[in-house]
Amino acid sequence: MSDAHVQGNTLPRELEKATLEGRNKILGFWLFLGAETVLFGSLFATFLALRDSVMDGPAESELFKLSMVAVATFILLTSSLTSVMAIQAMHRHNLKSLMQWLIVTVVLGFAFLGLEIYEFKEYVHEGHGFTTSAFSSAFYTLVGFHGAHVVFGVVWISIIIGQLRTRGLNVVTAPKVYVAGLYWHFVDLVWVFIFTVVYLMGKVG
Amino acid sequence: MAHAHAVKRYRGLMDWLTTVDHKKIGILYLIGGGFFFLVGGIEAILIRIQLAKPELSFLPAHTFNELITMHGTTMIFFAAMPLIFAFMNAVVPLQIGARDVAFPFVNALSYWLFLFGGIVLNISWFFSAVPAAGWTGYVPLSGPEYGTFGVNFYVMGLQVAGIGTLIGGINFLVTIINMRAPGMSFMRMPLFSWTAFLTSALILFAFPAITVGLVLLMFDRLFGANFFNIDLGGNVVLWQHLFWIFGHPEVYILILPAFGIISEVISTFSSKRLFGYSSMVFATVLIGFLGFMVWAHHMFTVGMGAVANALFAVATMLIAIPTGIKIFNWIFTMWGGHIRFTTASLFAMGFIPTFVMGGVTGVMLGAAPADYQFHDSYFVVAHFHYVIVGGLVLGLFAGAFYWWPKMFGRILNERMGIWTFVLFFTGFHLTFFIQHILGLQGMPRRVFTYMGGQGWDTSNLVSTIGAILMGLGTILFLVNAIITASKPKNAPADPWDGRTLEWAISSPPPEYNFKQLPLVRGLDALFVEKSEGHKAMTPAEPVGPIHMPSPSLIPIVFSVGLLIASLGFMYANQPFSNEFIASLFKNHVIAIAGLALTFGCMVVRSIKDDHGYHIEVEELEKEGVHQ
Repeated sequence: MSDAHVQGNTLPRELEKATLEGRNKILGFWLFLGAETVLFGSLFATFLALRDSVMDGPAESELFKLSMVAVATFILLTSSLTSVMAIQAMHRHNLKSLMQWLIVTVVLGFAFLGLEIYEFKEYVHEGHGFTTSAFSSAFYTLVGFHGAHVVFGVVWISIIIGQLRTRGLNVVTAPKVYVAGLYWHFVDLVWVFIFTVVYLMGKVG
Repeated sequence: MAHAHAVKRYRGLMDWLTTVDHKKIGILYLIGGGFFFLVGGIEAILIRIQLAKPELSFLPAHTFNELITMHGTTMIFFAAMPLIFAFMNAVVPLQIGARDVAFPFVNALSYWLFLFGGIVLNISWFFSAVPAAGWTGYVPLSGPEYGTFGVNFYVMGLQVAGIGTLIGGINFLVTIINMRAPGMSFMRMPLFSWTAFLTSALILFAFPAITVGLVLLMFDRLFGANFFNIDLGGNVVLWQHLFWIFGHPEVYILILPAFGIISEVISTFSSKRLFGYSSMVFATVLIGFLGFMVWAHHMFTVGMGAVANALFAVATMLIAIPTGIKIFNWIFTMWGGHIRFTTASLFAMGFIPTFVMGGVTGVMLGAAPADYQFHDSYFVVAHFHYVIVGGLVLGLFAGAFYWWPKMFGRILNERMGIWTFVLFFTGFHLTFFIQHILGLQGMPRRVFTYMGGQGWDTSNLVSTIGAILMGLGTILFLVNAIITASKPKNAPADPWDGRTLEWAISSPPPEYNFKQLPLVRGLDALFVEKSEGHKAMTPAEPVGPIHMPSPSLIPIVFSVGLLIASLGFMYANQPFSNEFIASLFKNHVIAIAGLALTFGCMVVRSIKDDHGYHIEVEELEKEGVHQ
C-alpha cells in the first residue's frame, strides 16, 4: 500500500479501483447487493402473499396518500442523482465538491426518513398498527426494512464524510465512497419497487 | 510508510483469538465444527438408544423432540457448514496460489459469528429451554402459540451464524475471482476450488431467504406480528417456502464441496488427472443452478396442486443427470489408474456407491405421487442421511486424512485411519440402510417410541447398533488426532505425490503461503512442473516484502455484541425475580447495548485504518532455510 500517498495529478481517474484492496471491496460489495436483492425479494414475496389479509384494519386504497409518497419518492430519487454527482466529483479529484454532494445526499436521506416517520405515525393513528393484521405486519416489515437501510446509509455516508475531511481523498477512502454510492443506488432502486408494488398497486388494486 | 508502524504480533491464546490468517481460521473452524459434530453425534446416539426397543422410556417424549431438533440443527448449521469452511479456508487460497483470502478480517468475523451462533443455540440446554419444533422449525409448531420458549434460541442462533456464513461466502467468491495466481485461469482451477466457488455463490443467494424467514418468525414471537397467525390473515405455508428456498440450495451448499474433495482425492490416489475435468465443472455449475429450482419437492403433500408438483418433480429428477456425470467421471478417473488404498482414498471410494444410493432414493422421493407414501416416514430419514452422512461426512473424512498434513504438518496414523473407515462405513450402512425398509413398512419419522409386534423391532435394534459403531469410529478418529498431535511435525511438503498447488509449499505453509507467487502453466499445476522434471513451481515475481493484515480483536467483540443482543431480545418479556434486571430487559436496554457494541465495532473498523505490516526480504530468506 506504499502508493497510498500519491499526490496531485498523478492520481488515476478511477481512484477506487487503483489497488487490489479497492477492487476486492467493490466486487465484494456488488455480491453483497446480490444477497440484498434476495433479501428484499423474499420480503416482497411475503408482502404480496399477505397484502389482502387486511382483516379489520384499513385497506391499502383508503390508507395510502399518494401525494406524500410521491414527494418522498422524488426526494430519494434526487438523492441518487446527487450521489452520482459526488462520484463524478471524486473522479475529477475534487474533494470539496465530493463532500458537498455527499452532504446534500445525506440531507435528502434525512428528509425522506422524516416523511416516512410522519407517514407511519399517520397510519398508526388510522388504526394500521404493526400487529393489526398479517397485511400490516408485512407492510411495516418491508417498508421498515427499507427505512432501516436508509438510516444505515445516512449514518455510513456521514462517517465517510468525516473520514474525507480528516484524511482527504486517497486509495483507502475512495473505495469507501464508491461502495457507499452503490449502496445508496440500491436502496433507491428498492424504493422504486416499493413505490410501484406497495403504493401504486395498492391504490389501483 | 508501512514501515513506520510497529509490528503487532500476538502469541499463544491471544494469537488464536485475534488471528486473521486463513490457515489458522481453518483450524479454528475444524475445532469448532468438530466440537459441534460430537455434540450432534451424542444427541444422535441418545435418539437411537431411545428407539432401540419398542416402548422404551429411556427419554421422555419432550426431551426426544428437543434432541431431534438440536441434532438436525447442530449437524447442518454448526457441524457440516463450519467443517466445509474449515477445508475451504485451509485449502482454497493455497490451491489458487493466493497469500490469503480477499478479506482476512471478514474471514475472522465469519468464524466468530458462526461460533457465537452455535453458542446461542446450545446455551438453551443450560437454560432448560431447548427448541423442540424440529430443525425445519415449521409454524405454527414453532410460532408464539405452540412453540416453546426454546425456539427463540433457534431463531437467534441461526440468524447470528447466518450472517457469518453469508459474509464467508462473499469472501470466497471475491477471493476466487480476484486473487488467483498468474496463469491460474478458471478452467485450470482444481475442482475443490471450483466447488468452493459454487458453494459460496449458493450461500450468497440462499441464506437471505432463511434470514427473512427467521426475521418474520422472530417478529411473530417477540413483537406480536401476524405473518404466521392464521386468525389475523397469516399464512403458514409461507414459512415452508422461505425455509426451503434456502433449505434446498443448502443441501447443495453441503454436498458440492464434498464432490470437490472426492475429485481431488480420487485423482491424487489414482495418480491420474481427473477424467472429464470440464464436464465436472459444467456439472457442478448445473447442479448449483438447478438447486434453486426444486425447493417445493419438500412440500409435495402440502397441497400446491398437480401442476406445481409435476414441475418440481421434473426439475428434481433433472439433477440426477449432472450428478450421474460426476459419478461416471470419478469411476473413469480410477479406471486404469495406479490406485493407492490410503484412508483418504478408502473414504472417497466408499463415498461413490453410498452417494449413488442416496441419489437413487432422491429420484424416488422426487416422484410426487410416490412421495405421498414416503413422506414423513423413515424412508426420508434414510435418504437424507445417505446423502449427508454417506455423501458429505465421508467426503469430510476423506478431506481430513488428505489435508491433515497440510493443515498441521503431521500425517494421521493410517492404520487407525483404516479402522476408522471400517467402523464408520459399516456402522453407517447398518444404521441407515435398514431405515429405508422401516420407512416402507410405515414407521413414521419424529416419533419418540413405537409399539412392538409391527415388524420394526429388529430393524430398529440393528440401526442402533450401527449408530454405536459410527460413534466408535468417530472416537477412534479423535484418538488418532490426539496421538498425531503429540508426534513430531515432520510431514513432507508433498506426502501423497499431489498434483495441485497446495502441495508445492511446506506443510504447514508459512504465514504468507508463497514466498513468490507461482506461475501456473496448466491444470494440475504442480503435476505439470513435476512432469517436466522441475522440483518446484516457477515463480511469477521476484522476492519482495510481503504485506500482511494486522490481527484484530474486533471480530470477537462484534460477535459478543450479537450474543448479548440475542439474549436481550429473547428475555425482554420474561419474568425476573430482580426488579432492576427485569426493567433492563423489559425496556430493551440489554438488547440495544448489544447492538450498540456490534455497530460500534463497525464504526471503529471503518474509522481505524488497518495498515498491516510487512515481512521483509531478509526474514523471508531466513525462513526459507528451514523449509
